[in-house]
Amino acid sequence: MDDMLRELYQEVILDHGKNPRNFRHPEDATCKADGNNPLCGDQLTVYAKVGDDQTIKDVAFEGRGCAISLASASMMTEIASGKSISQVQNLFDLFHKLCTGEEEGMVPDEFADDIEKLRVMSGVRQFPMRVKCATLAWHAIHAAVTGENNASTE
Amino acid sequence: MDTTLPIHQNPYDIESIRGDFPILSEKINGHPLAFLDSGASPQKPEAVLQRMEHMYRHEYANVHRGAYTLSQAATDHYENARQTVARYLNAASDEEIIFTRNVTSSINLVAHCYGREFLKSGDEIIITHMEHHANIVPWQLLREAVGIELKVIPIDDAGNLMMDKFEELLSPRTRLVSVTHISNVLGTVLPVKEIIRLAHAHDARVLIDGAQGIMHSRVDVQELDVDFYGFTGHKLYGPSGIGVLYGKRDILNSMPPYEGGGDMIDRVTFEKTTYRETPARFEAGTPAIVEAAGLAAAVEYVESIGIERIAAHEQSLLDYATARLSAIEGLRIYGEAEDKAGVVSFTIEGVHPHDISTIIDSHGVAVRAGHHCAQPLMDRFDLAATARASLGMYNNKSDIDQLVEALEFAKDIFN
Ligand SMILES: Cc1ncc(COP(=O)(O)O)c(C=O)c1O
Repeated sequence: MDDMLRELYQEVILDHGKNPRNFRHPEDATCKADGNNPLCGDQLTVYAKVGDDQTIKDVAFEGRGCAISLASASMMTEIASGKSISQVQNLFDLFHKLCTGEEEGMVPDEFADDIEKLRVMSGVRQFPMRVKCATLAWHAIHAAVTGENNASTE
Repeated sequence: MDTTLPIHQNPYDIESIRGDFPILSEKINGHPLAFLDSGASPQKPEAVLQRMEHMYRHEYANVHRGAYTLSQAATDHYENARQTVARYLNAASDEEIIFTRNVTSSINLVAHCYGREFLKSGDEIIITHMEHHANIVPWQLLREAVGIELKVIPIDDAGNLMMDKFEELLSPRTRLVSVTHISNVLGTVLPVKEIIRLAHAHDARVLIDGAQGIMHSRVDVQELDVDFYGFTGHKLYGPSGIGVLYGKRDILNSMPPYEGGGDMIDRVTFEKTTYRETPARFEAGTPAIVEAAGLAAAVEYVESIGIERIAAHEQSLLDYATARLSAIEGLRIYGEAEDKAGVVSFTIEGVHPHDISTIIDSHGVAVRAGHHCAQPLMDRFDLAATARASLGMYNNKSDIDQLVEALEFAKDIFN
């Protein structure tokens, strides 16, 4: 059990959780969405700047949450930046499978590096109650770029 | 010598009480279970488990319907359960005990049947800043329906209710005061008797949310002179699926029914239906039959130990827990009211309550993390969440020691 925990709370995650990247509110964001976890009251707001060519120029977030949700949000901002909207949708899908332990299938080459980075979050599989923490920011970026204003893990 | 305690004698025999709760011998993740989430729902004693199983095996049928032996037996057990609860609360009559699903539905029943019948636009309801959502949202729904106003009694930083502010809020417009007996987050024990006295002096009715109160204190509804008292069976060591609403008989009989259906009617024709008196009026449909018997068994079990003795035990454990937790660096306790029951909410600097809960679970310790269905209270302290250790009659010092050790492990992971 302690091993599973150390796997979940590994160095990279603790680091992103303590020093989340892109933790800010960009003035020039073109869309945003709130991510709420009604179970625990954690709340994130994800901001994105989407260009005319439908690519995401900048992603940032603010809010409060546990180490898992902050780390996941922080990593999401790094990975989603520079992607197209449809790429973010595909990545969200792959990431969700990675967190729940569902068969990922073939990871397309274009996402291989990103999924490799995100694999540090896969420890959450052993803690089904915490999967929502890991996916919260992804729900929110998805909602932001597809024009919904709210994402809830429910 | 106290001879009124048939099963457990003085002094408080914690080992024998623990032995009555089969789940306490479970191992969780290789560790003994330190169950510190009784505030959400305590574990169940053998007496309750056996009572319910026995009824399903030997005494089960629907109630209030058949003229055969089993149906009569089930009806008797169901109605006896009502008497047991009435006696326990010292109600004037068992007709004042309505069985509901849980305290949430008890409060909604009052909001619906009393609120919509007797309250109108401009009337005021007073609640406190430390209510569970179950004692906030029903009044907001009533506000949308009839336009009442909701007033909130503030609390100080220690979690004490500001009684002087309550007196200022009371006015001729006050029609109902609905407050929790004990805060499920801060542990504050409210001065309910004084609240009731003041409210009655202003001709307002009083509803007490006794979800936490019932498990940590003696409740005597006549001595309190309370108009409504709601509680939930699963927090009194009984089964889930059954709750109680106590109400003064005259008030209950002046209220319209809640749900319509079988059992609550006097006579039905397509043109007009007349309703039975309380409690049948408020118990439409097949009730939680076996749960009622289970609740009665829980009440009797608690009586066999004595709620005052349970409370005293929890109080000394609360002192021990408070001292040990306070010694942890970076740990902050929320709720330091003068009169406080067995609930300790806390945060640890740099470790989110959810992470605390996941990590200490790996050491067999069960606590709740989150907003505890009291978001306005969380906002009051500018918190998104706390971790909460809450006590039941069976907790002992080793549970607290296990908690403290596990918290040190959690801090260790984060450093
Ligand atoms: C103070 C308080 N009120 C209401 C409730 C709701 O209880 P139930 O969910 O059983 O209706 C709880 C339980 O969490 C509580 O602690």
